[in-house]
Amino acid sequence: MLLIACPYCGNRPEIEFSYGGEAHLVRAANPALLDDQTWTDFLYMRSNTKGVYAERWRHVRGCGRFFNALRDTTTDHFLAVYKTGEPRPALDGGDA
Amino acid sequence: MNYRCPEGGRIDRSRLLRFVFDGQSYEGYAGDTLASALLANGVHLVARSFKYHRPRGILTAGAEEPNALVTVARDAARYTPNLRATQVELYDGLVAHSQNRWPSLKHDVGRLNDALSAFFPAGFYYKTFMWPRKAWKLLYEPVIRRAAGLGLAPTEADPDRYAQRYAHCDVLVAGAGPAGIAAALAAAESGARVIVCDEQTEFGGSLLGDGGVRIDGEDALHWVQQSVAALKSNPRVSLLTRTTAFGYFPHNFVGLHERITDHLAVPPAHQPRERLWQVRAGSVVLATGAIERPLVFPGNDRPGIMLAGAAQTYLNRFGVRVGDRVVVVTACDAAYQVALDLRASGAAVAALADVRSAPPADLAEAARRAGIEVIPRSSVLGTEGGLRVRSVRLGEVGDGLVRAARRIECDTLLMSGGYTPSVHLFSQSRGKLAWSEPLQSFVPGRSAECERSAGACRGVMGLAQALIDGAAAGADAVRRRTAGAHASSRRVFVVDTMARAAGASLVDGYLGALPEANPPSAEKSFVDWQHDVTARDLRLASREGFRSIEHVKRYTTTGMATDQGKTSNLNALAIIAQSLDVPIPEVGLTTFRMPYTPVTFGSFAGFSRGDLFDPKRTAPSHEWAASRGAVFENVGLWKRARYFPRAGEDMHAAVARECLAVRGACGLFDASTLGKIEVVGADAAEFMNRLYINSWSGLAVGRARYGILCRDDGFVYDDGVVARIAADRFHVTTTTGGAPRVLAMMEDFRQTEWPDLKVWLTSTTEQWAVIAVQGPNARRVLEPLIQDIDLSAAALPHMAVARGRICGVPLLLFRVSFTGELGFEVNVPADYGAAVWEEIYAAGQAHGMVEYGTEAMHVLRAEKGYIIVGQDTDGTVTPDDAGLSWAVGKTKADFVGKRSLERPSMKAQDRKQFVGLRTRAGGAVLEEGAQIAATAGQRPPMQLIGHVTSSYYSSALGYPIALALVAGGRARMGQTLYVPMPGGDIEVEVTSPVFYDPTGARING
Repeated sequence: MLLIACPYCGNRPEIEFSYGGEAHLVRAANPALLDDQTWTDFLYMRSNTKGVYAERWRHVRGCGRFFNALRDTTTDHFLAVYKTGEPRPALDGGDA
Repeated sequence: MNYRCPEGGRIDRSRLLRFVFDGQSYEGYAGDTLASALLANGVHLVARSFKYHRPRGILTAGAEEPNALVTVARDAARYTPNLRATQVELYDGLVAHSQNRWPSLKHDVGRLNDALSAFFPAGFYYKTFMWPRKAWKLLYEPVIRRAAGLGLAPTEADPDRYAQRYAHCDVLVAGAGPAGIAAALAAAESGARVIVCDEQTEFGGSLLGDGGVRIDGEDALHWVQQSVAALKSNPRVSLLTRTTAFGYFPHNFVGLHERITDHLAVPPAHQPRERLWQVRAGSVVLATGAIERPLVFPGNDRPGIMLAGAAQTYLNRFGVRVGDRVVVVTACDAAYQVALDLRASGAAVAALADVRSAPPADLAEAARRAGIEVIPRSSVLGTEGGLRVRSVRLGEVGDGLVRAARRIECDTLLMSGGYTPSVHLFSQSRGKLAWSEPLQSFVPGRSAECERSAGACRGVMGLAQALIDGAAAGADAVRRRTAGAHASSRRVFVVDTMARAAGASLVDGYLGALPEANPPSAEKSFVDWQHDVTARDLRLASREGFRSIEHVKRYTTTGMATDQGKTSNLNALAIIAQSLDVPIPEVGLTTFRMPYTPVTFGSFAGFSRGDLFDPKRTAPSHEWAASRGAVFENVGLWKRARYFPRAGEDMHAAVARECLAVRGACGLFDASTLGKIEVVGADAAEFMNRLYINSWSGLAVGRARYGILCRDDGFVYDDGVVARIAADRFHVTTTTGGAPRVLAMMEDFRQTEWPDLKVWLTSTTEQWAVIAVQGPNARRVLEPLIQDIDLSAAALPHMAVARGRICGVPLLLFRVSFTGELGFEVNVPADYGAAVWEEIYAAGQAHGMVEYGTEAMHVLRAEKGYIIVGQDTDGTVTPDDAGLSWAVGKTKADFVGKRSLERPSMKAQDRKQFVGLRTRAGGAVLEEGAQIAATAGQRPPMQLIGHVTSSYYSSALGYPIALALVAGGRARMGQTLYVPMPGGDIEVEVTSPVFYDPTGARING
């Protein structure tokens, strides 16, 4: 069971959270202007990174808030948590 | 007990125990395991192997035991198969029996498999049992099922209780042998909170089987005792015996399995049988030791052939001599002391065959002085014996050849191929293993968690070194968790091995199959005892083209039994590497999985059983309905009354009566389970506009609208009536099952997509009781009970909402109908629900009011062609498919799902569309889910154009009705289609889904 650091509540066990998929997916302000392929990619294609992945979590059985996290999908280590709306943080020695 | 030494061992000779194995009575002592007690009685044959049904004996003295799997039966319900006899603690009255044999262990019919073994090599089932095809169901499968497996599962429910506990600590020490105890002492000294666990009944690990070693000037086991006492007196230390750390999960979350009562003759009724600990540790020290490796040679699996270290443990820990005439075959030094110990106990040691060409001179000398012949450059060419080994054929290795040398009679053959560090938990933690050339084994490399291995499990083999390593690990563990903690100074231990031959070099060993004669023996050389995998199987896999260890493992099943290859993995790897002619580390190792040793289902279930398995959600009228004999159905976690049968009625009759009553007079229905969400704020309407397909800005206060929610993929996700209570307040209803999903989706958009909107959301599902009053008499029933609301048709038209009071309590009244009749939904605060229900029911009796359940509700709405999301839709249905494009707010620039609905495939005319179906003459009620074809008499593969989503008998109409999704359905009105069923095709006519009162006159009454 992962230990996840909610930016509002601190370290809480995984069962208090629901997963929110990839982070920083931008829903176009005017989807009507997008072609079908671009819209389909937005709906269905995900980076699925092996390594550092930016994703969302929601503290559904706690404060109820969404937040973002950088997690290494190969080790499950959380490298950063940050609030909704904040930019993806750059990690030491690595790229954002 | 002919094989019990007159003295020695850690057993309690003052407590004699009686036990039964395979119907035969024996005696043992407190402190015995089932294995040691059987050996004390000279019993070696305890099992039949998995595939070949070969007679098998006890190979080891611990958790790594692959052969001696037994069933312990306290009673019919407390019947546990597949236990390792080496870990079953003996108690008075224990009853156990062997497995996988019929009719008996000595005479097992299954041994036929051994004779036919040429037909059962690895992977045989991929190449057989294919012809004839019919034989599979009638012959092959039943026979294979009966033959498969080892023990039998109990047939009664588990009556025991299992506890669970969470714990946090600074340092968790897994394993309490010398390294673990040293680590615990060091960690505890600094004041850290420490948990120490060990799978055995007492701490001590390898020291329990060794004899005569001294630590810091005292007997090793006395040192253990003193250490345990010191740890016990520390309030910040928890000591757990009989507790296996079975799983290492991310973020230092470790699962411990504690066995509490299984070793007791009469378990106290108030105690749970076992306890599952879920520990979050700041730092973990793995001190899990090393497991002795067997040697691979022809005929290495007969009863009486066991590991040398195990024989030593049986002697020193249990006071049991494993045989009278012993031969030892070894590739490392440790077995020399075993030979000496056995000689001293009175056994004849006929020979000590050393695989190496130059055994250490001092060890060989000590052996010869004790009268033991030492034979270097040995290999084993084969063994003889049926139910017990009776002789061994040694070979002499020289000049690249193996020459047949000696045949020596024996009743026990001990083997030692070296020690493999136990890296299971380290591997589970996703640490990277590293190959150690000098040790010729995998050891922990880079850690993935805050964890450190100590002692033999990382290749530090000598006792003194293990103690020092453990102490360092313990101190390290604390330092990493508590900055500024007092770091204990480097600990030094004085170890005196008392001239015992152990420790000289524990790093020697042998990997793979021993050198073979030419031509090689036809006898089987076992690598994995529990799955009956031989060296030949591994070479076969290699010949058949399997190169990756993942493939070889799965093809041969080596390492896949319940022992997870504890005694076989490295030998298997070596044989495969040799076959492929690559170095061992290049072949690689498969990942170890939890549990380290089997854990009961009960432990994982814990308290989540029976009534505590899932919460039960009940509606306000539940008690009332139950008292009226309602039959309930589960909708998610909710219990909903499905129908209310009266005397002599089945469901069909009850539902027919309920439906007629609703349409004819009045019905009462509990709709409280539906989801309710309040959307509140200055931007509430804008929020709803962006989310739902409908347009909400124009909805007046006091009015409601049927809303549809899609996801951005354009498919219907949920639906429900949405009322505008105030300019900035919407009361949104959802389906019963969809409430959590819809709220989650709303929050997602509110928090992460449109955080600028001034709106917030509150779930009010549990806060409002919703009582539906439906039927031509509905108004007559409610009028006398309601205050402050004009219920007339003019004042409260269909889809209007008003506030008032009913029977004196606050009321939010909706004029809505899911039945197609004049209808109202009475919303009162949930605490008043039951009382208001009863008041309405009482008032309704004068008007023919009848209570109805979800089944009647389904029929009534189907007669009106109303969809149920999740039944008539399946996540691939658009609003237009469902005939609901009228609900789309056409002037809205965007809403969730709009962009997807513009895709050409979403507008195609041949999409599956929502229609009604009437069966032709004969009137069969169609089966929900039945497929639909355009032509009759098709044979598979059929061309199918849709399926039946809802189907009922309509008592109002007098014939069966169905709703369906049919390709291009709306263009097929009046067409004849066919529903192919096993009994033949059923003819149906495509109709409008609105069967009853198509103009809607009744609902507007």
